[in-house]
Amino acid sequence: MSAAPGLRRAADRRADWGASLERIREMVRKELRQIFRDPRLARVVLVAPIFQLLAFGYAVSTDIRDTPTFVVDHDHTRASRDLVAAFVAPGYFKVSGRSERSADLVDVLNHGRAVVGLEIPVGFERDLRRGSGARVQVLLDGTNSNTALVAQGYAERIVAAFGAAAAPAGAAGAAAGVDLRERAWFNPALASRNYNVPAVVGSLVLLVCLLLTSLAVVREREIGTLEQLQVSPLRAWELVAGKTIPFALIGLADMFTVTGMAVLWFRIPLVGSLPLLLLATVLFLLSGLGLGLLVSTFSMTQQEAFLSTFLVMMPTMLLSGFMFPVSSMPKLFQWITLLNPLRHYLKIVRSVFLKGSGLDALWPEYAGLLALGSAVLVIAAVRFRRSA
Amino acid sequence: MVDPVRLLAVSRKEVLQLRRDARSLILAFLLPVLLLVMFGYAITWDVNDIPLAVVDQDASARSRELVDAFRASGYFDLVARPARASEVEGLMDRGRVRLALVIPPHFAADLGAGRPAPLQVLVDGGDANTATIALGYAQGAVRSFSARAQLRAVPLRPAVEARSRVWFNEQLTSRNMIVPGLVAVIMMIIAAMLTSLTIAREWERGTMEQLAATPVHPLEVVLGKLLPYLGIGLADVVVTSLLGVVLFGVPFRGSPALLMVLATLFLLGALGLGIFISAVARSQLLATQMSMIATFLPGFLLSGFMFSIDVMPVPLRVITYVVPARYFLVVTRGIFLKGVGLEVLRVQGLMMIAFAAAGLFLATRVFHKEIR
Repeated sequence: MSAAPGLRRAADRRADWGASLERIREMVRKELRQIFRDPRLARVVLVAPIFQLLAFGYAVSTDIRDTPTFVVDHDHTRASRDLVAAFVAPGYFKVSGRSERSADLVDVLNHGRAVVGLEIPVGFERDLRRGSGARVQVLLDGTNSNTALVAQGYAERIVAAFGAAAAPAGAAGAAAGVDLRERAWFNPALASRNYNVPAVVGSLVLLVCLLLTSLAVVREREIGTLEQLQVSPLRAWELVAGKTIPFALIGLADMFTVTGMAVLWFRIPLVGSLPLLLLATVLFLLSGLGLGLLVSTFSMTQQEAFLSTFLVMMPTMLLSGFMFPVSSMPKLFQWITLLNPLRHYLKIVRSVFLKGSGLDALWPEYAGLLALGSAVLVIAAVRFRRSA
Repeated sequence: MVDPVRLLAVSRKEVLQLRRDARSLILAFLLPVLLLVMFGYAITWDVNDIPLAVVDQDASARSRELVDAFRASGYFDLVARPARASEVEGLMDRGRVRLALVIPPHFAADLGAGRPAPLQVLVDGGDANTATIALGYAQGAVRSFSARAQLRAVPLRPAVEARSRVWFNEQLTSRNMIVPGLVAVIMMIIAAMLTSLTIAREWERGTMEQLAATPVHPLEVVLGKLLPYLGIGLADVVVTSLLGVVLFGVPFRGSPALLMVLATLFLLGALGLGIFISAVARSQLLATQMSMIATFLPGFLLSGFMFSIDVMPVPLRVITYVVPARYFLVVTRGIFLKGVGLEVLRVQGLMMIAFAAAGLFLATRVFHKEIR
């Protein structure tokens, strides 16, 4: 007899939990139905990952290929033609036009019809044969500083190699020198695709969580249905869970889409383990959903929520190492990035994908995600309860 | 067809509504400033202080000279001197170093004997962009070292010397490339973001029917709704350009008037596109998603803002021709850095006119249909 009250309390608690889960499930179902009632939204949610994957798989690269190059050959000799041939052979440059006059080069660079100009002066072959040091001029359009920097390096190397090969026998000493052997680890072909494609999952999950969560909550507030939800038997935390779980599911679906496309379509090797990725994504979702909820508590209208989302999302993306390496930021900003959940998430995603790292190497990032995620979520939930 | 009184009345209503939503207005100005500050201060493609490990198995005067050449280049930060090459892997795994230089024994002997002296450079290829740039710097350092070494051995000039010169952005600072591009990209985002919600909002709140019942012509509604946002957009152009020039020292070599004229055309197109999206979507949630896909992503990724179009595969390159930001980017970079005028930007100018016409046409037409 004496055990009965304790038993009953336990049973009550279980029933309580059961009812609570039931309510959350209903809420999630209602949310999912509302989200996908408009089939266009479902399509858009599906198109976004594919668009980003294609762009980052194919378009985003800072290496150069077929850079339009304008040639002004004043020499008209075998040697000058050989130099041009050597210039385009590796595929970095492509001759887009030729002329006799230097003035044309200026015009072409101004119009942006060529990014590189190669000018070979009169007497080039003569100087080369004589070994008296031939010179060529390479002009670069610096408006895109990246392309220009990389192009400059390639151009100088090609010309130096050409000179070493074409130098007369008497000057053979010039050919011997330092023989540089390069090797890139983790990504031997230096393909930016391997680095960028897995990271797309970070930007997608962030976008889905932030934008959809904040707009969905603010819309209910705008329409006035949030009040109805409040008078329903749902508890505050159940409301938060019901509101966020659907978007967490979409985020997880995004993760599987990106990972699948990366491995099957882009042939990027997944060296590490999928469960580790999944764990990181779940932890990252805490921060994403928390931020979305937080934005919603600050916004009265959907327009405001949309703009605020951007205000939060842009720094998060830019200071995450997604496209710009954290190591080249000023020290102050490098410290700030430690508070950025996306930075930790991307570190995990890339390490697991490319290096196959495990928990032993990545536990600080996991801990960071957990800490940031719970902090944001708690703040958001408290504010949400107060504003609701 | 267009009655200025009715047009202004619609504008006034929109301004009133905007003013009531002051926070949105503040955000519309805060966003460009934030982006500019981020790109100006925090973000750069310029790679500095690359953490470097040196394994010097030669320990000679020449090998020390080589290490000095690396340090003197200013791009490297010597953080470790492991004794064995096998230790490099651990350092790189933990991300402590990004580039490692392995100088084998007999390096000085080989150099002295005129034999090619092998030298190994290991780079963390995880971030391919940084790795490419770091490798470029390493090659530069080695080149300058070997040029000096050769000069001492045989007083000889290189057989061919490439003299390179960079135009328009002489120091190759990424800031000069980013800021003018940012002016274009911000325009695209802000414009579409602001208008993409206006019509959807009226649908959601049920005020669309009221608007439809009034005698205003669709073109008047579209233009009336556009005008206030055009003002905000142009103010954003001025603010971003001024901040770029004053704060970040980005050169402005062309004509401000031409920039404003072309920016107005571009904005009309982008705002029209936003209204079109808004009217098609009818829900604010959908409108935000659609405007992200139609303007934000292509504006950032396919306009040539950060990533060069020349490298893209053909299908993507074809798509970039219908990304209006691509043309406006040529305009802003041309006016800021090259100082060129309409004689060069003729095609881009025509594209701006076409974009403005297309945006307004689409907006008016879809609006017409929706009201009927």
